[in-house]
Amino acid sequence: MATTSKQPAKPSEALSSNQLLEMYYFARLARDIEERLVILFRQSKVIGGLYRSLGQEGESVATAYALQRTDAVLPLIRNMGVLTTMGVRPLEIFRQYMAKGTSNSRGRDLNIHVVHLPADGAQEPVIVGPISMLGDSIPVAAGIAMGARMQGKTIVSMAWIGDGATSTGAFAEGMNFAAVQKIPLVVVAEDNKFAYSTPISKQMAITRIDDRAASFGMPHELVDGNDVLAVYDVAKQMVDRARVGEGPSLIGVDTMRMQGHAQHDDARYVPKEVLEQWAARDPLPRFRKVLLERGAAKLSDLDDIDTMTKDYAAREADLAVEEPMPDPGTVARGVYAGDDFARPQLELVKSPFAQRGSSA
Amino acid sequence: MPVITYLEAIHKALDEEMGRDERVFLMGEDIGAYGGAFKVTEGLIDKYGEQRVIDTPISEIAIVGSAIGASYMGMRPVCEIQFIDFIACCFDMLTNFAAKSRYRNGAGVPIVVRGPCGGGVGGGPFHSLNPEAFFLNTPGLKMVEPSTAYDAKGLLKAAIRDDDPVLYFEHKFLYRRIKDDVPDDDYIVPLGKAAIRREGSDLTIVTFGAMVYTALDAAAKLAEAGVETEVIDLRSLAPLDREAILTSVEKTSRALLLYEASRTGGIGGELAAIIAEEAFEYLDAPVTRVASLDSPVPYAPPLEAAFLPSVDKVVAAAKNLVEY
Repeated sequence: MATTSKQPAKPSEALSSNQLLEMYYFARLARDIEERLVILFRQSKVIGGLYRSLGQEGESVATAYALQRTDAVLPLIRNMGVLTTMGVRPLEIFRQYMAKGTSNSRGRDLNIHVVHLPADGAQEPVIVGPISMLGDSIPVAAGIAMGARMQGKTIVSMAWIGDGATSTGAFAEGMNFAAVQKIPLVVVAEDNKFAYSTPISKQMAITRIDDRAASFGMPHELVDGNDVLAVYDVAKQMVDRARVGEGPSLIGVDTMRMQGHAQHDDARYVPKEVLEQWAARDPLPRFRKVLLERGAAKLSDLDDIDTMTKDYAAREADLAVEEPMPDPGTVARGVYAGDDFARPQLELVKSPFAQRGSSA
Repeated sequence: MPVITYLEAIHKALDEEMGRDERVFLMGEDIGAYGGAFKVTEGLIDKYGEQRVIDTPISEIAIVGSAIGASYMGMRPVCEIQFIDFIACCFDMLTNFAAKSRYRNGAGVPIVVRGPCGGGVGGGPFHSLNPEAFFLNTPGLKMVEPSTAYDAKGLLKAAIRDDDPVLYFEHKFLYRRIKDDVPDDDYIVPLGKAAIRREGSDLTIVTFGAMVYTALDAAAKLAEAGVETEVIDLRSLAPLDREAILTSVEKTSRALLLYEASRTGGIGGELAAIIAEEAFEYLDAPVTRVASLDSPVPYAPPLEAAFLPSVDKVVAAAKNLVEY
């Protein structure tokens, strides 16, 4: 995409050291939340499946970091980094995974199926987690940005979608509608090589996932999804053009799902050497290297963050464990308006780096 | 009071609600400059502009999905499904996204999805559906189907103001055939309330939509034979007005359930169960269903006539009940 002369050649060059550390913090926190969830899963405290985003934390953070705090995000199960970046308190994630009565869904729905609709005027993001019919988020994301636009507010809606879900009709209809209506939507299409067990070669006859956008007349780019700043550069340009009314676009993210579909799946269908190649490209060590080379951080800064996020995740998990399960007496409440029980609100927190300049 | 058609009453409801509330907007196929396949939205684009009367691609998933998103942002979208048969194309968005959203996270979805349903006009297998049974087993959705012009306006206004997703089925056979008094006032017909269209003491027919007129014609014939029929027009299919149904059946002791969809698995089964569970001791005869046959809706007029419920079929079933 073209850049104007006013901007630096790469948007990431304008990121402060503090912002770079914040991005690292969000990615690290996403991984540590999941590592803690694995422990809870093995203790049978997580209800149902556990879906890892191992290997995809970098692109999740980098794309969301390109947004403003009042934009809309529609992440998937493999975008824990989106939730950390938008400020969702880790406790909210643990509550959800353990089906606690205190959780955003009050124990009615799984994992990161969460919704946050800000009160009028609140400087907070719209967060709409997925439903299991992947692809459905795309038209809903388009409607969120369109609904805001109708009220004279410009928010950019960002939706993440895996390679498998780009095969759905909902994806195609939502993309086309957004393009026709020039809706400020940015779609992050993650080619993580497998949809459950199905390789991308059985998902599409094109080799570049971003080409999905071509027939909708949408600008699109493919980016190394494990290179945090490369992802940020593309995302920021697409978000900026969406915000000024130039319409939707799609970022193709070349990455790898480093574990099975969920914890039950040993992913024996993934060749070992492929996993080894991608392990060498793990986005977190790569980002550490970039930060050190750029002089944005000392090794001790990064090690301090690692300790901080690990402890934070553990403390939040411990809090959630102690919380009560839902009261069976509430089971039929809130199907219709009038006896609502769940509420579309999450506790949002600022990162330790927010005071010194932040993502928004 | 102005006498207008059922179709004009729907148009009027949309116009009044858009005038009253800036959050209300319309989406659908060919609804803008063309005014809709049946001209329900004719002229609204001139009055409210293309930002509020949105011509969409042929994409029912995108229509309902983006309506859900817009409703999260405080808007009140009204989606037109060009023929209600096409609601199958957005079944997932309605049953998985819209219906479960409030229960899952407390995020209400105040959308209306409306469209022409029903047979009797030679529409064939893909333009004649009565889809209520598909959605009856989906908690979280509401459904209405008016039979009069008065109700067409009042129910649509109530649906638009409701905080939950409402499916609004408009029977295309009634569009221009039915005219009645429709006040210019801002009135609503509340969801969940049935109407008694004819009072009687011998037999209750529970029905809705175009079948209300079949029931009334049958009741007139039955009256000639000395049978007094009560006709209940449900108006709302979800939630059902259980009290109105049970009160009438307790009075007449005989229940005939008349609906235009295919018989098996239809709404009549649910009505029969409610009556059996809650009014069994009042019954003097088996609860009886009169519905369409268990086939797709056929095209040729003699086939469709054989397929649909008719006055004669209702009269015959009613006589069996009374003579039981």
